[in-house]
Formats: sequence, structure tokens, C-alpha cells
Amino acid sequence: MIENVDLSLVDWSRAQFALTAIYHWFFVPLTLGLSFIIAIMETLYVKTGNEEWKRTTKFWMTLFGINFAIGVATGIILEFEFGTNWSNYSWFVGDIFGAPLAIEGILAFFLESTFVAVMFFGWNKVSKRFHLISTWLVAVGASLSALWILVANAWMQNPVGMVFNPETARNEMINFWAVLFNPVAVDKFMHTITSGFLLGSIFVIGVSSFYLLKKREEWLAKRSILIAGIFGFLSSLTVVLTGDLSARTLAEVQPVKFAAFEAHYEGKRNAGLVAFGLLKDSEEKIGEKNVKDFVMKIEIPGFLSIMTGGDKNSFVPGIKDLILGNSEDVQILSVEEKMERGRYARDLLNEYKEAKKDKDVIRADEIKNIFLEKDFINDYFRFFGYAFLRSPEDAIPNVSIAFYSFHLMVILGFFFIVICALSVFLVLKDKIQKNRWFLWLALFSIPLVYIASESGWVLAEMGRQPWIIQDLMPVSAAVSQISAGSVITTFILFAVLFTALLVAEISIMLKQIRLGPKHKEDIK
Amino acid sequence: MGKFFRKIRNVYMFYYEGFRDMSWWGKRAWIIIIIKLIIIFAVLRIFFFPDFLRKNFDDDKQRSEYILDQITSLNEMYD
Repeated sequence: MIENVDLSLVDWSRAQFALTAIYHWFFVPLTLGLSFIIAIMETLYVKTGNEEWKRTTKFWMTLFGINFAIGVATGIILEFEFGTNWSNYSWFVGDIFGAPLAIEGILAFFLESTFVAVMFFGWNKVSKRFHLISTWLVAVGASLSALWILVANAWMQNPVGMVFNPETARNEMINFWAVLFNPVAVDKFMHTITSGFLLGSIFVIGVSSFYLLKKREEWLAKRSILIAGIFGFLSSLTVVLTGDLSARTLAEVQPVKFAAFEAHYEGKRNAGLVAFGLLKDSEEKIGEKNVKDFVMKIEIPGFLSIMTGGDKNSFVPGIKDLILGNSEDVQILSVEEKMERGRYARDLLNEYKEAKKDKDVIRADEIKNIFLEKDFINDYFRFFGYAFLRSPEDAIPNVSIAFYSFHLMVILGFFFIVICALSVFLVLKDKIQKNRWFLWLALFSIPLVYIASESGWVLAEMGRQPWIIQDLMPVSAAVSQISAGSVITTFILFAVLFTALLVAEISIMLKQIRLGPKHKEDIK
Repeated sequence: MGKFFRKIRNVYMFYYEGFRDMSWWGKRAWIIIIIKLIIIFAVLRIFFFPDFLRKNFDDDKQRSEYILDQITSLNEMYD
């Protein structure tokens, strides 16, 4: 029987998972984006027969290969961590989490062992058409592989398509399609892969700008900027659209996260969207947590209401409404009430446990059936996780982190639209080499696009705290009862291993970029 | 049968020649992949990341009883 949660264990387990996920995500989006850009370039080679396109394709394929080789299998460590550090969670989610991850594993294995090999080893060994199809399949396959990971993650943000079985203590999938077409999964997939496309585009524009600054590889650089600029521009518009759709979905299924990333405390109609702002602690508190106030802000009036409800008069609940409840403007349950309902579900589960111990089969079966009833699920079990909270304010995530990561991501996102549009304009007008400021800006956009991409994940994962599964299980209840010391040891090991991998990637890539593409006579 | 083995040989030669003619960066990338996989599967998995429930319990019944205990006895987050 465990009555207490060791906070240092929870914190170190979280830190370890965050470290692994952040490093893993350094490699993934470039694979997603660059694979499509390469496929487009190779298509142009096959269509035109121009050997310069082949040379260009092979150069970017080299950089793709370095990133792919170093990044491959870094995600497996996250799966190890689920089994070791997060065993309560892993058991509780059952096959819902395992099934998408297994599909991803199989898909990734077949993709990596076949089409990637054709892509790299198949030049002049298979037909041009077959090689091109393989390149496209790698690109599509990488995105499909990401789909299953994102489906699993989306279920954690919005658990659907399952019932809880007290006998196995697991959630069991009853509707695969509900899990796959979870609105959060659809939005998350579209937003994540298009942001990967954008990252790949900015990477290509940045590296090509380096060549133009050095007055090298003019043909390759200009064509690459044109392709990446168009692809990146279209992707960035899709990122904005899917980001907007994501926000609307979040407003429904994770309203506290939504309110936190706007630091929106007071629910109101005609609520404005904060374009930029600086936060400070105010005197006011919700429980023991300080309410955040703005030192300054630039606001678009009414836009938050329009974004969430379609018109200015839509009521957008604030953090206070969502924590303390609001029965005047809209019917919102207080967290206190949700805690009561969660405890009721947990007490019933305790009763089931006792009935099993006492071999009271009739009562045990009765309770098991209650857990299948729709009304019980909607009114009580869906608040199961609230039973673990000490006080209502525990349901508030870190507002500063959510706010700044969201705004950093959005501001940089709009900046990249400008970079992509300008790059296409300047290449088409043949003025790109004369505007060296732009070339420098494009080069320095490479680290910025990684910051934006990581910020998106920080927002998604920190914004949903304290939940590991929204409303059903807090992070603190998900952790395995292992020693914090062993988690600290593996944390340090990972920090060393991943830093070494990142250094290896950057150094091999920089060397390859400095070397540049092979000359025509070297191309087989 | 001969056709089948010829196909197997072609696939083998495809990979063999691919690895043999690999570029500077390709060879380095493969060294990194192999070292990384050894660290991940032969060191981390075996010594640092045992499956907690598999290691401590014999069957699924015991595991579900343990988890049931955990999720009903963890009182509050920060007690």
C-alpha cells in the first residue's frame, strides 16, 4: 500500500522523459520535411532528365541520411521508459497505447529496411521510376509512422474509444476508429507533420543561403530555395490553419490548457487574443497559486471568442471559471465537484477490490457492470484522476511556460511565412544574392525553427499538466515505485548519450555541407 | 528453385555493394548506428530499463491486482 508519492521520483522521471523526447524531436521533423523536398526534387529530375537535379537530390539526400541515421531508434528509449518509470500508466492504458506504437514499430521497420535502402543504394541499380517511387514511399511512410505516435499521444490528451475494466485494472479499446479519428489526433497529425515540412524547408533555405553567401553552388542553391520556399510557404499556411483547428479542439477537450496558453483567467464574451505580452505574479491567488497578470500586452479584441465559438459573443471560460466553476454564464463544474465525483469512482473501485478479496462475486460483478454504464462513465469515471488532487488549484498547469511557449511558437511561425514568401520572391526576381541580409537571416532561421518546433511540444505536454491522461490519471499516479537514484543515473546517461549523438550529427552535417554536393563528373 | 535463389542473391548483392561502395559520411553514420544500438539494447535495456511489472510479478493477475492497489491507495498527489 502506497500512501505517498515521492516527488523527487516524479520530477526526475518527468525530467528524464522530457530530455529524451526533446532530443528525439531534434531528429524527427527534419526527416518529415526533408524527405518530401527530396521527393519533389527527384520528381523534377525524372521529369526533365537534367543531371543537375540528380546532383541536387543526392546532396539533400546525404543530409537526410545523416539525420536519419543518427536519429533512428532514439524514440525506442521512450518506450523503455514507459515500462520502467511509468508502469502504473503503461498498465492502466492497456492496448490503447500499445497498439498504435506496435503498428508504428512494424511500419518503421519495413520502411527503414527496404525503401530507405533503395533510396541510398539503388541509384543506377533499379529503374529511375522505381527509385522515385521508393523516395516518395520513404516520405509518405515517415509521415504515416508519425501518425501512430501522434494517435497514441492524442489519446492521452483526449481519452476516447475505451472502457475501464476493474478486473484487469486496464482501459480496454472498444472502438479503434474513435481512437484513430480522435479530433485531437487528426489536428495534431496535420499540425505536426506540416510543421515538420516547414522545418525541412527552412533548413534547406538556410543551408542554400550559406552557399550563396559563400558564392558557391549557385544553381543548386537557387533551385533548392525555390522548391523549399514554395513548399515551406504552403506548409506554413497549413500550419496556421491546423494550429487554429487545434486550438478550437483544445478549447473543448482541454479548456484549462487553452486558457493557460492565453493566460486567460476571467471568462468573458468578446474575449481578445493576446498577440504578445509579458506576465507577472499578481497579488490575487487561486488557492495557493498566484494569478498571473500582464505587465504589458498587445491584444486583438474579440478574436479569442471568434476563434473558439465563431462569433464575438461566444463566452470563453477563463482559468478561474474552469477551476472554481461557473453556473451563471455557462454550466462549468468546479474542480472541487470533479474531485468529489472522482473520489466516488475511486471508492467504488476500492469496494470492488474488497469484494474480490472477500470472494463476493455478486457485488464484484455488479460494480464491474457499473463501470460499463454510460451515465457512470460520463458523470463519474471521466473524473477519476481528480481523486488524486489535493486541492483544486493542482489542476492549473504552469501558466507562464504555457503562455510563453505558445507565443514563441506562433510569433516564429509567422516569421517563417515571411521568410518562405521572401525567399521565393527574391529568387524569382533574381535578387537573392544582392540581399545578403536576407541570406544571413535565412541562415539564422535554422536554430529558430527548431526552437519553434520544440516550443510546440513544450506547450502540448506542459500545458496539459497535471495530467498524463487528461482527467483520468495525474502524472504523479503514473510513476513506478522505483528509486529516484536509478532514474537520476539514467538521466545522466541519456544526457551524455544524446548530447554525443547531437554533436555527431551537427559535426558530420557541417562537414558535409562544407564539402558540398559532388561535382558532375563524380556522379554515377 | 534456381530463380528463387537468384533473387535472394540479387537482394544480397544489392545490400553488399551498397555497403561496400558507401561514402565517407555513410560509413561514419553506420558506425554511430551500431554503437547506438549496442548502447540502447545491450546496455540500457538490460541493465537500466527492466520492465517493472514483468520483473516484479509473475502473471497478469498479480500485475492487475498491484495496479488496482496503486490507483486506489494513492491518496493525494503531494501528501
